[in-house]
Amino acid sequence: MGEISLDSLSSQYFDVLKELGNIGAGNATTALAQMIGTKVDMSVPQVRLLDFKDVGDMMGGAEQIMAGIYLAVEGDIDGSIMFLLNKTAARHLVDKLMGTGSKPEDVDFDEVEMSALKEVGNIITGSYLNSLSMMTNLKLVPSVPYVAIDMAAAILSVPAIQFGMMGDKILLIETQFFDELKLSGYFILLPDVDGYAKILSSLGMGDISL
Amino acid sequence: MSQIIKVGMADLNICVSPDGITTLGLGSCVGIAIRDPVTKIGGLAHIMLPDSKEIKNNSNIPKFADTGIEELVRQIIAKGANRSRLVAKIAGGAQMFAFQSNNTQMRVGDRNVAATLKKLKEMNIPVLAKDTGDSYGRTVIFYPENGNFVIRAVGKPEKII
Repeated sequence: MGEISLDSLSSQYFDVLKELGNIGAGNATTALAQMIGTKVDMSVPQVRLLDFKDVGDMMGGAEQIMAGIYLAVEGDIDGSIMFLLNKTAARHLVDKLMGTGSKPEDVDFDEVEMSALKEVGNIITGSYLNSLSMMTNLKLVPSVPYVAIDMAAAILSVPAIQFGMMGDKILLIETQFFDELKLSGYFILLPDVDGYAKILSSLGMGDISL
Repeated sequence: MSQIIKVGMADLNICVSPDGITTLGLGSCVGIAIRDPVTKIGGLAHIMLPDSKEIKNNSNIPKFADTGIEELVRQIIAKGANRSRLVAKIAGGAQMFAFQSNNTQMRVGDRNVAATLKKLKEMNIPVLAKDTGDSYGRTVIFYPENGNFVIRAVGKPEKII
Protein backbone atom coordinates (compact mmCIF):
# COMPACT_ATOMS: atom_id res chain seq x y z
CA MET A 1 0.00 0.00 0.00
CA GLY A 2 1.49 3.31 -1.01
CA GLU A 3 1.98 6.17 1.35
CA ILE A 4 -0.06 9.24 0.69
CA SER A 5 1.30 12.68 1.18
CA LEU A 6 -1.47 15.22 1.52
CA ASP A 7 0.81 17.83 -0.02
CA SER A 8 0.64 16.13 -3.37
CA LEU A 9 -2.98 15.09 -3.23
CA SER A 10 -4.61 15.34 -6.63
CA SER A 11 -7.80 17.33 -7.02
CA GLN A 12 -9.71 14.10 -7.66
CA TYR A 13 -8.72 12.66 -4.29
CA PHE A 14 -9.35 15.98 -2.67
CA ASP A 15 -12.90 15.91 -4.06
CA VAL A 16 -13.46 12.46 -2.59
CA LEU A 17 -12.26 13.60 0.82
CA LYS A 18 -14.48 16.64 0.49
CA GLU A 19 -17.50 14.49 -0.24
CA LEU A 20 -16.71 12.27 2.76
CA GLY A 21 -16.56 15.44 4.80
CA ASN A 22 -19.93 16.58 3.49
CA ILE A 23 -21.74 13.38 4.28
CA GLY A 24 -20.08 12.96 7.64
CA ALA A 25 -20.87 16.51 8.71
CA GLY A 26 -24.45 16.10 7.49
CA ASN A 27 -24.97 13.06 9.69
CA ALA A 28 -23.32 14.82 12.58
CA THR A 29 -25.76 17.72 12.21
CA THR A 30 -28.73 15.36 12.33
CA ALA A 31 -27.33 13.79 15.49
CA LEU A 32 -26.81 17.22 16.99
CA ALA A 33 -30.41 18.24 16.23
CA GLN A 34 -31.75 15.08 17.89
CA MET A 35 -29.58 15.64 20.91
CA ILE A 36 -30.63 19.21 21.63
CA GLY A 37 -34.16 18.71 20.37
CA THR A 38 -34.33 21.61 17.93
CA LYS A 39 -34.04 22.02 14.21
CA VAL A 40 -30.45 22.57 13.17
CA ASP A 41 -29.45 23.74 9.72
CA MET A 42 -26.05 23.28 8.23
CA SER A 43 -24.11 25.11 5.56
CA VAL A 44 -22.10 23.25 2.92
CA PRO A 45 -18.88 22.23 4.66
CA GLN A 46 -15.67 23.86 3.55
CA VAL A 47 -12.76 21.51 3.15
CA ARG A 48 -9.41 23.20 3.45
CA LEU A 49 -5.88 22.03 3.09
CA LEU A 50 -3.84 24.50 5.13
CA ASP A 51 -0.16 25.18 5.60
CA PHE A 52 0.88 24.83 9.24
CA LYS A 53 1.82 28.46 9.52
CA ASP A 54 -1.73 29.50 8.51
CA VAL A 55 -3.40 27.18 11.01
CA GLY A 56 -3.31 29.80 13.73
CA ASP A 57 -5.28 32.28 11.66
CA MET A 58 -8.20 29.94 11.21
CA MET A 59 -11.04 29.88 13.71
CA GLY A 60 -10.80 33.56 14.55
CA GLY A 61 -7.13 33.68 15.49
CA ALA A 62 -4.51 31.54 17.17
CA GLU A 63 -5.52 32.69 20.65
CA GLN A 64 -9.27 32.21 20.19
CA ILE A 65 -10.46 30.01 23.04
CA MET A 66 -11.83 26.76 21.67
CA ALA A 67 -13.17 23.50 23.00
CA GLY A 68 -11.48 20.53 21.36
CA ILE A 69 -12.84 17.02 21.68
CA TYR A 70 -10.44 14.29 20.72
CA LEU A 71 -11.03 10.59 20.18
CA ALA A 72 -8.56 7.95 19.15
CA VAL A 73 -9.76 5.60 16.42
CA GLU A 74 -8.86 1.95 16.07
CA GLY A 75 -9.99 -0.83 13.79
CA ASP A 76 -9.12 -1.03 10.10
CA ILE A 77 -7.56 2.40 10.38
CA ASP A 78 -5.55 3.69 13.32
CA GLY A 79 -5.81 7.37 13.85
CA SER A 80 -7.90 9.95 15.58
CA ILE A 81 -10.71 12.41 15.05
CA MET A 82 -11.10 15.84 16.55
CA PHE A 83 -14.07 18.17 16.71
CA LEU A 84 -13.52 21.81 17.61
CA LEU A 85 -15.88 24.63 18.33
CA ASN A 86 -15.36 27.98 19.95
CA LYS A 87 -16.11 28.44 23.60
CA THR A 88 -19.27 30.47 22.94
CA ALA A 89 -20.70 27.70 20.79
CA ALA A 90 -19.64 25.05 23.30
CA ARG A 91 -21.32 27.01 26.09
CA HIS A 92 -24.50 27.32 24.00
CA LEU A 93 -24.67 23.60 23.21
CA VAL A 94 -23.96 22.53 26.78
CA ASP A 95 -26.63 24.89 28.15
CA LYS A 96 -29.10 23.49 25.61
CA LEU A 97 -28.26 19.92 26.46
CA MET A 98 -28.43 20.47 30.21
CA GLY A 99 -31.58 22.58 29.93
CA THR A 100 -30.17 24.98 32.50
CA GLY A 101 -30.75 28.18 30.57
CA SER A 102 -28.06 30.37 29.06
CA LYS A 103 -25.02 31.24 31.12
CA PRO A 104 -22.59 33.99 30.19
CA GLU A 105 -20.05 32.67 27.72
CA ASP A 106 -17.05 33.43 29.90
CA VAL A 107 -18.24 31.14 32.70
CA ASP A 108 -15.96 28.12 32.91
CA PHE A 109 -17.41 24.64 32.54
CA ASP A 110 -17.91 22.71 35.76
CA GLU A 111 -17.35 18.97 35.98
CA VAL A 112 -20.86 17.98 34.91
CA GLU A 113 -20.78 20.45 32.01
CA MET A 114 -17.41 19.10 30.92
CA SER A 115 -18.85 15.62 30.67
CA ALA A 116 -21.85 17.02 28.77
CA LEU A 117 -19.36 18.60 26.38
CA LYS A 118 -17.59 15.27 25.99
CA GLU A 119 -20.94 13.72 25.16
CA VAL A 120 -21.62 16.39 22.51
CA GLY A 121 -18.26 15.57 20.96
CA ASN A 122 -18.87 11.87 21.29
CA ILE A 123 -22.19 11.98 19.44
CA ILE A 124 -21.01 14.35 16.72
CA THR A 125 -17.78 12.50 15.98
CA GLY A 126 -19.51 9.14 16.38
CA SER A 127 -22.06 9.91 13.68
CA TYR A 128 -19.31 11.27 11.48
CA LEU A 129 -17.29 8.08 11.87
CA ASN A 130 -20.39 5.95 11.30
CA SER A 131 -21.06 7.49 7.93
CA LEU A 132 -17.40 7.13 6.98
CA SER A 133 -17.49 3.52 8.07
CA MET A 134 -20.68 2.82 6.06
CA MET A 135 -19.26 4.32 2.91
CA THR A 136 -15.90 2.63 3.08
CA ASN A 137 -16.82 -0.65 4.78
CA LEU A 138 -13.95 -0.04 7.13
CA LYS A 139 -14.30 -0.82 10.80
CA LEU A 140 -13.69 2.31 12.87
CA VAL A 141 -13.85 2.10 16.65
CA PRO A 142 -13.54 5.34 18.60
CA SER A 143 -12.07 5.61 22.11
CA VAL A 144 -13.68 7.57 24.93
CA PRO A 145 -13.59 11.34 24.30
CA TYR A 146 -11.00 13.70 25.76
CA VAL A 147 -11.64 17.43 26.06
CA ALA A 148 -9.35 20.43 26.16
CA ILE A 149 -10.38 24.07 26.41
CA ASP A 150 -7.53 26.31 25.38
CA MET A 151 -6.11 28.52 22.63
CA ALA A 152 -6.97 27.33 19.11
CA ALA A 153 -3.36 26.99 18.03
CA ALA A 154 -2.43 24.98 21.13
CA ILE A 155 -5.27 22.50 20.59
CA LEU A 156 -4.52 22.32 16.88
CA SER A 157 -0.89 21.52 17.60
CA VAL A 158 -2.00 17.98 18.45
CA PRO A 159 -3.46 17.11 15.02
CA ALA A 160 -0.90 19.32 13.28
CA ILE A 161 1.90 17.25 14.77
CA GLN A 162 0.24 14.08 13.54
CA PHE A 163 -0.17 15.56 10.06
CA GLY A 164 3.40 16.80 10.40
CA MET A 165 4.66 13.24 10.28
CA MET A 166 3.20 12.93 6.77
CA GLY A 167 3.64 16.35 5.25
CA ASP A 168 3.37 20.07 5.73
CA LYS A 169 -0.37 20.57 5.50
CA ILE A 170 -3.44 19.90 7.61
CA LEU A 171 -6.86 18.88 6.29
CA LEU A 172 -9.69 20.69 8.02
CA ILE A 173 -13.45 20.43 7.45
CA GLU A 174 -15.39 23.48 8.58
CA THR A 175 -19.15 23.22 9.11
CA GLN A 176 -21.51 25.92 10.20
CA PHE A 177 -24.57 24.93 12.20
CA PHE A 178 -27.51 27.19 12.82
CA ASP A 179 -30.15 26.88 15.46
CA GLU A 180 -30.78 30.26 17.10
CA LEU A 181 -27.10 30.94 16.84
CA LYS A 182 -24.58 30.42 14.12
CA LEU A 183 -22.07 27.88 15.38
CA SER A 184 -18.90 27.00 13.57
CA GLY A 185 -17.57 23.51 14.10
CA TYR A 186 -14.43 21.99 12.67
CA PHE A 187 -13.69 18.35 12.03
CA ILE A 188 -10.20 17.04 11.68
CA LEU A 189 -9.86 13.45 10.64
CA LEU A 190 -6.43 12.02 11.19
CA PRO A 191 -5.76 8.61 9.78
CA ASP A 192 -2.28 7.21 10.30
CA VAL A 193 0.18 7.25 7.44
CA ASP A 194 -1.58 4.73 5.21
CA GLY A 195 -5.10 5.52 6.44
CA TYR A 196 -5.95 7.88 3.59
CA ALA A 197 -4.76 5.24 1.16
CA LYS A 198 -7.07 2.68 2.78
CA ILE A 199 -10.04 5.06 2.71
CA LEU A 200 -9.48 5.96 -0.93
CA SER A 201 -8.84 2.43 -2.13
CA SER A 202 -11.92 1.14 -0.28
CA LEU A 203 -13.91 3.66 -2.31
CA GLY A 204 -12.48 2.17 -5.50
CA MET A 205 -10.04 4.95 -6.17
CA GLY A 206 -7.58 2.46 -7.64
CA ASP A 207 -3.85 2.78 -7.22
CA ILE A 208 -3.31 5.46 -4.68
CA SER A 209 0.46 5.51 -4.67
CA LEU A 210 1.38 9.07 -5.47
CA MET B 1 9.23 52.27 17.05
CA SER B 2 9.85 48.71 18.01
CA GLN B 3 7.74 45.97 16.58
CA ILE B 4 6.82 42.41 17.44
CA ILE B 5 7.69 39.84 14.78
CA LYS B 6 5.35 36.86 14.43
CA VAL B 7 6.50 33.27 14.08
CA GLY B 8 3.99 30.60 12.93
CA MET B 9 3.86 26.89 13.57
CA ALA B 10 6.86 25.06 12.07
CA ASP B 11 8.49 28.43 11.46
CA LEU B 12 11.40 30.52 12.75
CA ASN B 13 12.70 34.06 12.51
CA ILE B 14 15.32 36.38 13.96
CA CYS B 15 14.93 39.69 15.70
CA VAL B 16 17.14 42.58 16.83
CA SER B 17 16.52 44.77 19.87
CA PRO B 18 14.36 46.80 20.48
CA ASP B 19 12.03 44.52 18.50
CA GLY B 20 10.43 41.49 20.14
CA ILE B 21 9.41 38.17 18.62
CA THR B 22 6.34 36.07 19.39
CA THR B 23 4.57 32.82 18.63
CA LEU B 24 0.93 32.26 19.59
CA GLY B 25 -0.61 29.21 21.23
CA LEU B 26 2.23 26.74 21.65
CA GLY B 27 0.65 23.40 22.50
CA SER B 28 2.75 20.28 22.23
CA CYS B 29 5.16 22.26 20.07
CA VAL B 30 8.21 23.90 21.65
CA GLY B 31 9.28 27.53 21.33
CA ILE B 32 13.05 28.04 21.47
CA ALA B 33 14.31 31.57 22.09
CA ILE B 34 18.02 32.22 21.60
CA ARG B 35 19.97 35.47 21.95
CA ASP B 36 23.40 37.00 22.18
CA PRO B 37 23.20 39.30 25.24
CA VAL B 38 25.92 41.65 23.92
CA THR B 39 24.75 42.36 20.37
CA LYS B 40 21.12 41.82 21.49
CA ILE B 41 20.44 39.79 18.38
CA GLY B 42 18.04 36.91 18.95
CA GLY B 43 15.43 34.68 17.41
CA LEU B 44 12.62 32.25 18.00
CA ALA B 45 11.82 28.83 16.52
CA HIS B 46 8.46 27.03 16.82
CA ILE B 47 9.22 23.35 16.30
CA MET B 48 6.62 20.56 16.02
CA LEU B 49 8.53 17.30 16.00
CA PRO B 50 11.66 16.07 17.76
CA ASP B 51 13.79 14.57 15.05
CA SER B 52 14.07 15.12 11.30
CA LYS B 53 15.80 11.77 10.91
CA GLU B 54 12.67 9.88 12.04
CA ILE B 55 10.60 11.24 9.17
CA LYS B 56 10.98 10.58 5.49
CA ASN B 57 9.41 13.84 4.38
CA ASN B 58 11.78 16.15 6.26
CA SER B 59 12.53 19.06 3.95
CA ASN B 60 10.73 21.57 6.19
CA ILE B 61 13.70 22.65 8.33
CA PRO B 62 11.87 24.68 11.05
CA LYS B 63 9.48 21.79 11.73
CA PHE B 64 12.05 19.72 13.66
CA ALA B 65 13.97 20.39 16.88
CA ASP B 66 17.31 19.29 15.44
CA THR B 67 17.28 21.10 12.10
CA GLY B 68 15.21 24.04 13.40
CA ILE B 69 17.68 24.93 16.16
CA GLU B 70 20.65 24.60 13.80
CA GLU B 71 19.00 26.93 11.30
CA LEU B 72 17.98 29.45 13.98
CA VAL B 73 21.56 29.60 15.29
CA ARG B 74 22.92 29.93 11.76
CA GLN B 75 20.65 32.91 11.04
CA ILE B 76 21.41 34.60 14.38
CA ILE B 77 25.16 34.32 13.74
CA ALA B 78 24.75 35.50 10.15
CA LYS B 79 23.09 38.62 11.54
CA GLY B 80 26.22 39.37 13.59
CA ALA B 81 25.82 37.53 16.92
CA ASN B 82 28.72 35.74 18.59
CA ARG B 83 28.29 31.97 18.65
CA SER B 84 30.01 31.49 22.01
CA ARG B 85 27.74 33.98 23.80
CA LEU B 86 24.42 32.43 22.77
CA VAL B 87 21.95 31.49 25.50
CA ALA B 88 18.50 29.91 25.25
CA LYS B 89 15.11 29.78 26.96
CA ILE B 90 12.39 27.33 26.03
CA ALA B 91 8.63 26.91 26.57
CA GLY B 92 5.83 24.59 25.44
CA GLY B 93 5.77 20.83 25.07
CA ALA B 94 2.39 20.47 26.80
CA GLN B 95 0.23 17.40 26.65
CA MET B 96 -3.04 19.00 25.58
CA PHE B 97 -5.28 15.99 26.13
CA ALA B 98 -5.25 13.90 29.28
CA PHE B 99 -4.43 10.72 27.45
CA GLN B 100 -3.30 8.04 29.86
CA SER B 101 -1.68 6.31 26.98
CA ASN B 102 1.74 4.84 26.42
CA ASN B 103 1.40 5.75 22.79
CA THR B 104 4.61 7.60 22.04
CA GLN B 105 2.89 9.79 19.45
CA MET B 106 0.64 11.18 22.15
CA ARG B 107 3.60 12.07 24.34
CA VAL B 108 5.16 14.16 21.63
CA GLY B 109 5.29 17.23 23.90
CA ASP B 110 7.73 15.50 26.24
CA ARG B 111 9.73 14.17 23.30
CA ASN B 112 9.92 17.64 21.78
CA VAL B 113 11.28 19.09 25.03
CA ALA B 114 13.81 16.27 25.44
CA ALA B 115 15.02 16.61 21.84
CA THR B 116 15.30 20.40 22.20
CA LEU B 117 17.38 20.16 25.39
CA LYS B 118 19.59 17.50 23.82
CA LYS B 119 20.25 19.57 20.71
CA LEU B 120 21.02 22.73 22.71
CA LYS B 121 23.43 20.75 24.90
CA GLU B 122 25.15 19.30 21.84
CA MET B 123 25.59 22.82 20.52
CA ASN B 124 26.85 24.10 23.91
CA ILE B 125 24.08 26.64 24.24
CA PRO B 126 23.09 27.00 27.93
CA VAL B 127 19.37 26.84 28.75
CA LEU B 128 18.78 29.67 31.24
CA ALA B 129 15.10 28.95 31.90
CA LYS B 130 12.27 26.74 30.78
CA ASP B 131 8.51 26.53 31.22
CA THR B 132 7.49 23.20 29.72
CA GLY B 133 5.10 20.28 30.04
CA ASP B 134 1.76 20.37 31.87
CA SER B 135 -1.48 20.47 29.89
CA TYR B 136 -2.10 24.03 28.71
CA GLY B 137 -1.23 26.17 25.72
CA ARG B 138 1.24 29.04 25.92
CA THR B 139 1.74 32.25 23.96
CA VAL B 140 5.33 33.48 24.23
CA ILE B 141 7.02 36.81 23.51
CA PHE B 142 10.82 37.10 23.55
CA TYR B 143 12.79 40.33 23.89
CA PRO B 144 16.45 40.08 22.84
CA GLU B 145 17.00 43.45 24.58
CA ASN B 146 16.93 41.92 28.09
CA GLY B 147 16.27 38.22 27.43
CA ASN B 148 12.80 38.38 28.93
CA PHE B 149 10.62 35.48 27.80
CA VAL B 150 7.01 36.40 28.54
CA ILE B 151 4.55 33.50 28.84
CA ARG B 152 0.78 33.85 28.68
CA ALA B 153 -1.77 31.08 29.23
CA VAL B 154 -5.55 30.96 29.45
CA GLY B 155 -6.77 31.71 32.99
CA LYS B 156 -3.26 32.08 34.42
CA PRO B 157 -1.26 35.17 35.36
CA GLU B 158 1.39 36.25 32.89
CA LYS B 159 4.90 35.18 33.83
CA ILE B 160 8.37 36.17 32.74
CA ILE B 161 11.20 33.67 32.77
